[in-house]
Amino acid sequence: MSIDLKTIKHISKLSRISVDEQKAEKLAGDLNSIFNFIEKLNELNTDNVEPLTSVSETTLKFRSDEVKNQNIREQIIKNSPEENEDFFVVPKVVE
Amino acid sequence: MSDITSQSLTSLVNNIKEKKLSSEEVTKAFVDRSEKSKELNSYITEDFSNAIDKAKKFDEKPNFDLKLPGIPMAVKDLFCTKDIRTTAGSKILENFIPTYESTVTQNIWNEGGILLGKLNCDEFAMGSSNETSFYGNVQNPIDKGLVPGGSSGGSAAAVSGQLTPITIGTDTGGSIRQPASFTGTVGLKPTYGSCSRYGIVAFASSLDQAGPMSQNVEDCALLQEVISSYDEKDSTSIDFKRDQYSKDLTRDIKGKKIGIPKEYRVDGMPKEIEELWKKGIEYAKDCGAEIIDISLPNTSYALPTYYIVAPAEASSNLARYDGVKYGFRAKGENLIDMYEKTRSEGFGAEVQRRIMIGTYVLSSGYYDAYYLKAQKVRKLIKNDFDEAYKKVDAILTPSTPSSAFKIGEKKNDPVSMYLNDIFTVPVNLAGLPAISIPAGHDAAGYPLGLQIIGKAFREQEILNLAYAMEDKINFKNKINDWWIK
Amino acid sequence: MTKENSEYLIERYDNVYEVVIGLEVHAQVTSNSKLFSSSSTKFGAEPNTQVSLVDAAFPGMLPVINAFCVKQAIKTGIGLRAQINKKSVFDRKNYFYADLPQGYQISQFKYPIVGEGKVVLDMPNGQKEIGIERLHLEQDAGKSIHDIDPQNTLVDLNRSGVALMEIVSKPDLRSPDEVSAYIKKLRSIMRYLGTCDGNMQEGSLRADVNVSVRLKDSKELGTRCEIKNVNSIKFMQMAIDYEANRQVDLIEEGKSIDQETRLFDTKKNETRSMRSKEDAHDYRYFPDPDLLPLEVTDEFIENLKKDIPELPDDKKKRFIDEFKVSPYEATILVSDIDTAKYFEEVVAKMGKNKDIKLAVNWITGELFAVLNNKNLDISQSPISAKNLAKLVNLIKNETISGKIAKTIFELMMDGDKDPQIIVEEKGLKQESDPKALEALIDKIIDDNREKAIEYKNGKEKLFGFFVGQAMKASGGKANPQLINEILKKKL
Repeated sequence: MSIDLKTIKHISKLSRISVDEQKAEKLAGDLNSIFNFIEKLNELNTDNVEPLTSVSETTLKFRSDEVKNQNIREQIIKNSPEENEDFFVVPKVVE
Repeated sequence: MSDITSQSLTSLVNNIKEKKLSSEEVTKAFVDRSEKSKELNSYITEDFSNAIDKAKKFDEKPNFDLKLPGIPMAVKDLFCTKDIRTTAGSKILENFIPTYESTVTQNIWNEGGILLGKLNCDEFAMGSSNETSFYGNVQNPIDKGLVPGGSSGGSAAAVSGQLTPITIGTDTGGSIRQPASFTGTVGLKPTYGSCSRYGIVAFASSLDQAGPMSQNVEDCALLQEVISSYDEKDSTSIDFKRDQYSKDLTRDIKGKKIGIPKEYRVDGMPKEIEELWKKGIEYAKDCGAEIIDISLPNTSYALPTYYIVAPAEASSNLARYDGVKYGFRAKGENLIDMYEKTRSEGFGAEVQRRIMIGTYVLSSGYYDAYYLKAQKVRKLIKNDFDEAYKKVDAILTPSTPSSAFKIGEKKNDPVSMYLNDIFTVPVNLAGLPAISIPAGHDAAGYPLGLQIIGKAFREQEILNLAYAMEDKINFKNKINDWWIK
Repeated sequence: MTKENSEYLIERYDNVYEVVIGLEVHAQVTSNSKLFSSSSTKFGAEPNTQVSLVDAAFPGMLPVINAFCVKQAIKTGIGLRAQINKKSVFDRKNYFYADLPQGYQISQFKYPIVGEGKVVLDMPNGQKEIGIERLHLEQDAGKSIHDIDPQNTLVDLNRSGVALMEIVSKPDLRSPDEVSAYIKKLRSIMRYLGTCDGNMQEGSLRADVNVSVRLKDSKELGTRCEIKNVNSIKFMQMAIDYEANRQVDLIEEGKSIDQETRLFDTKKNETRSMRSKEDAHDYRYFPDPDLLPLEVTDEFIENLKKDIPELPDDKKKRFIDEFKVSPYEATILVSDIDTAKYFEEVVAKMGKNKDIKLAVNWITGELFAVLNNKNLDISQSPISAKNLAKLVNLIKNETISGKIAKTIFELMMDGDKDPQIIVEEKGLKQESDPKALEALIDKIIDDNREKAIEYKNGKEKLFGFFVGQAMKASGGKANPQLINEILKKKL
């Protein structure tokens, strides 16, 4: 199996990380050597194995339906890169 | 007392309780030594003057019932600390100041601990040498130009170099145990669900655990007692009866059954590691433990499994760093352009690489072949341990396949870097507790560690084993303070 | 079985097409706090004032599930006569958007909390069953605002993390009318259950509409387009109509239909493609490692079943059996929980000697007209059920005539006045004393001798004239039945 530049571009798009040609080539090299090593898993037959998502053998615990957060807008907005008292601000989105 | 910084946590606690030392004296001593140790690059953010103020306040109204009375402590910069910058070693969080505190650090402050500062680590805890940090690599106090391991490299260097009496790290695939091993210190990765993940910058949610790093096993037990708690804010936190780890610590391990997994004898393992392991077995026998050969047949699949599961979760966990709510933002012509530039400039190469791997293994057409496959193999790996634990109480292995390597040595070869975690990763996949203790030196005088893996929620058991073996090993770290002029 | 009805077909030359529609309804769960955080869900708050660290996806923040939302989803599942899955799993749906702070939405992909169920529609030509594919819990996103700042998009995260139930129908719907009936029925069931307020203006109920067309009698499904986020029944109907015709035109022109996501432009009344194809979506669903599997016990489900009120279908059946109302009337009365409540209260307050038919007429006639005019819900009715019951009883026991009742009804609207008091204050009580009426009629016959003779000679139409005169003379208060009897006798 080999990961080509087209695939790298596709993944970079999904990841929202821009890559230029040079970076794409470097990434393709790295990813191919990593996946070579990962391919080892194909030696194993896992047909009748249940996938394991979490090692915890318990289930989800419930929270009660109470409103606890009062207005903490100032705290929430404080770290945002673009200053605005009420909103988060992003470059104009055109649908 | 001139040798404050070389004292163990336990003796500092006793000295403060007995009023032989004040919190201020202790804090100042660690601040002074930290100031002189800039070359180690252990800290990302210092909070020294606040620490001294807090120490003075503690001394004015001391509470000696606390478990960490006025004890200063620096922590890995992956724990969110209220009003103190938290970077996760990344440029993307360079200016991020949390308005909240992680549960683990809160537990420490509740017991009288005082924050010294935030310690360097691999970016988003992705690395085994601390070389992926945006804030520069950390020097191993053992020798100049040597990596301290990673990702909790700053933490390991700070404990080993006596910049902090004790610290906490996080361990996703070995990030506590491997640097502990590289720096001649003790590191415990608790059972998954033992320490709350609330407020810890997430790397791989199903694997991440916080844990103590210390100079000795007794200190480690005390800190584990403080940080482990059931937390309703973390849905994966487990409500089990937590022991008084430090109070119940004993060297009596007679009759305990220790398993030796043959699959950990990997190809190309240095002879000195092999010998260390043999020595470890002898120590365990000396302590009265029974040695049993066991098999963990799927061990060699653990690392490939880990390099699917961890990046997959990371690719999703790191999607929130998009330049919108907090952290670094690059200018972009439109929203998508802003995202792509922010993430491309804000994340370092290793993080980008792992996000790409994770995105790929989850993407349409590859999910079953990679992600689902890995989850199935993960099940097999867990089954191996379940099977082994029918016969033994704990498992003894080397912590790492080598001692600390040179800075830059493996930087450009991701796979050889990843192989560092070969002995530690299976433990995370199975969610088990494991401790690394220093057990010897290689020819160059660099420390080597042994790992004791326990049953889930049986931290006390491995702490006891480690405590007993530590006594027999009688390890002395060879540190000559080379960085202090 | 299902009966084809309300046929909606598109004809082009010799070709007749039918439309196949499936809906993904997003219903906001009625709860105080969000699905995975303790922020308020109240509508209309100042921007970003109902946002927690979890909702804004701060580093290290973790989701913890709201038990009430789980109960609400299961109750809705019971209401849809659906399979309740004792084990379900939350997955992450990964994509980047300004109002999606985590970079993923927590949803349920492979293992939803509710499986297959059904909804029965009352269509003019009979009943039709619509299959429910599944219901799952998921987080709502925030809101991007494009029209405040000319240079930027502003983001409000108040809605971010609010619990939604996504209810996916099978592609069983065949016309805009069926879609309307389906949405109304779904809303009705959820309002009975108290699991979603169904308020479309506030966005509590929206739908993605999947539309495809095929030649009538064809068995294969055509390529579908998904019209995203339509927030009123009227727009859904318009969008379907436009989209179905667009697709038929394409087929007729020999072109193919692209499977794509489209947007309904309410100003231009058309759908248009939303995202370019090269930006194809790959959501990379995987189980959320921050959350363990959601498991509920049989006991948990049984306890919720005890909480389920009588639902519209059962209520309708009971209304027909118990109150002898027509199926048509019953459908109207049960369509909304508040109407049903009002009706049942009227029935209860009427006491023993009740005229249900009359009550139904007054509710669906006069009262509905007033509510419509004033744009009020029945829960805001200016006339209480208690007083409407009294009014109906006054007619029934012949205290007032139907005509006077209308006058009284008008007066009642001013502060929900008691009709009994109005009758007394205004002296509107019906005249039912035969002696008084006889005297009154004698005088009228006397005054109109000639017309009386004409009537006797066979001009029977004149009977109405005498009734009118008598009513007029009594100021409208005369008992019309008695007038009739007396006139017949005297003439």
